[in-house]
Amino acid sequence: METPPLRGGLEGLNIMTTKESLINYCLRIGDTSLILGQRMSEWCSNGPILEEDIAMTNIALDLFGQARTMLTYAGEIEGKGRTEDDLAYRRNEREFYNTLLSERPNGHFGDTVVRNFFQSAYFYHLHTALSSSKDEMIAAHAAKSLKEVTYHLRHSAEWIVRLGDGTDESKDKIQTSINEIWEYTGNLFEMNEVDAILIKEGIAVNQAEIKANWDKTVDEVLERAKLIRPKDGYMQTGSLKGMHSEYLGHLIAEMQFLPRAYPNAKW
Amino acid sequence: MAEIPDPEIPVITIEELGVLRNVEIQQEKVVITITPTYTGCPAMKLFEDEIILALKNKGIENVELKMVYSPAWTTDWMTEKAKEKLLAYGIAPPLKGTEDKGVLFSSNLKMVVCPRCKSKNTELKSQFGSTACKALYTCKDCLEPFDYFKCI
Repeated sequence: METPPLRGGLEGLNIMTTKESLINYCLRIGDTSLILGQRMSEWCSNGPILEEDIAMTNIALDLFGQARTMLTYAGEIEGKGRTEDDLAYRRNEREFYNTLLSERPNGHFGDTVVRNFFQSAYFYHLHTALSSSKDEMIAAHAAKSLKEVTYHLRHSAEWIVRLGDGTDESKDKIQTSINEIWEYTGNLFEMNEVDAILIKEGIAVNQAEIKANWDKTVDEVLERAKLIRPKDGYMQTGSLKGMHSEYLGHLIAEMQFLPRAYPNAKW
Repeated sequence: MAEIPDPEIPVITIEELGVLRNVEIQQEKVVITITPTYTGCPAMKLFEDEIILALKNKGIENVELKMVYSPAWTTDWMTEKAKEKLLAYGIAPPLKGTEDKGVLFSSNLKMVVCPRCKSKNTELKSQFGSTACKALYTCKDCLEPFDYFKCI
């Protein structure tokens, strides 16, 4: 097996350079958009109603667009000629740095809504903060993505309220989804040496600040939906080191099938 | 350049839409700067192909296309003429200042007029429509569904 050239936070093995950190940071953002986009595209033709089918695939399209910008940029910084497609289709599971939340299976509609809400609220506050990053490309990407993610956040927040403040059954189901998915939210705000290096450069933002804003958004929506915020317990971890849940491998196998089976295919 | 139509909404041009940001002639080369409406807009590749083809038809082959993301595209860049054409085409144009500042909930939705019967009695069906840039509405008077070019 070839050695992954794009190292994550392999603490203690090497001191990362700013360039390596920046590549890793772009992959974290780009991979999360890509994997969540892939999950949303799985809803295509399976939506509960036509309008939702269209909404979820629209969100997938936005996320793929955002992923393309970040992966292209990561490839450019790396300078080895790898394109967005090479990065999306020719990396193995352990070389992905997306959040554990984004790879959660779609489950039922409520599970999808909760996962998207937590991830979109995170993206909303992250992109707001990164809009003033000292890295021009990251700042431009953040300002652009923020406009799209605002619609994603509103879409999921409105559904949380509608289901939470709905029937007994919908309330029960959405509360169960929240309780089950909660342990994947801690991973969103983890940091390692990549963050330390880039925060010093004014490129990255402190995740603790994102967490404070995320908490406010989550509390506001859950309160309005008459739902209960779970108590923090064990939190899943690993994505910063390229460690994932068992679901990512299956997702990637499907996503990468065509370019793996037909390596010279063009589209 | 001003003749190239939007591939999805052929009544307006890429200039009127605000996608075409700059045209510069550098000695023998034409440098065209464009910006995407949405990051995932599938029409962007077609925009690029159409621009190159249009210039080729005028005998200009030395073209460089630059894609910029900043400043981020906004519906405010769309010209008044383009908005009129959209309305005539059956798409409700973006209303100035309707960008919903309330992030979480669509609290201050403004009146979107039905492009068919001009009724103000319309209803938002979904924030996401037939393309990334549109929302889906229904007119409660003439009962027709229609697209609204949403503000970003």
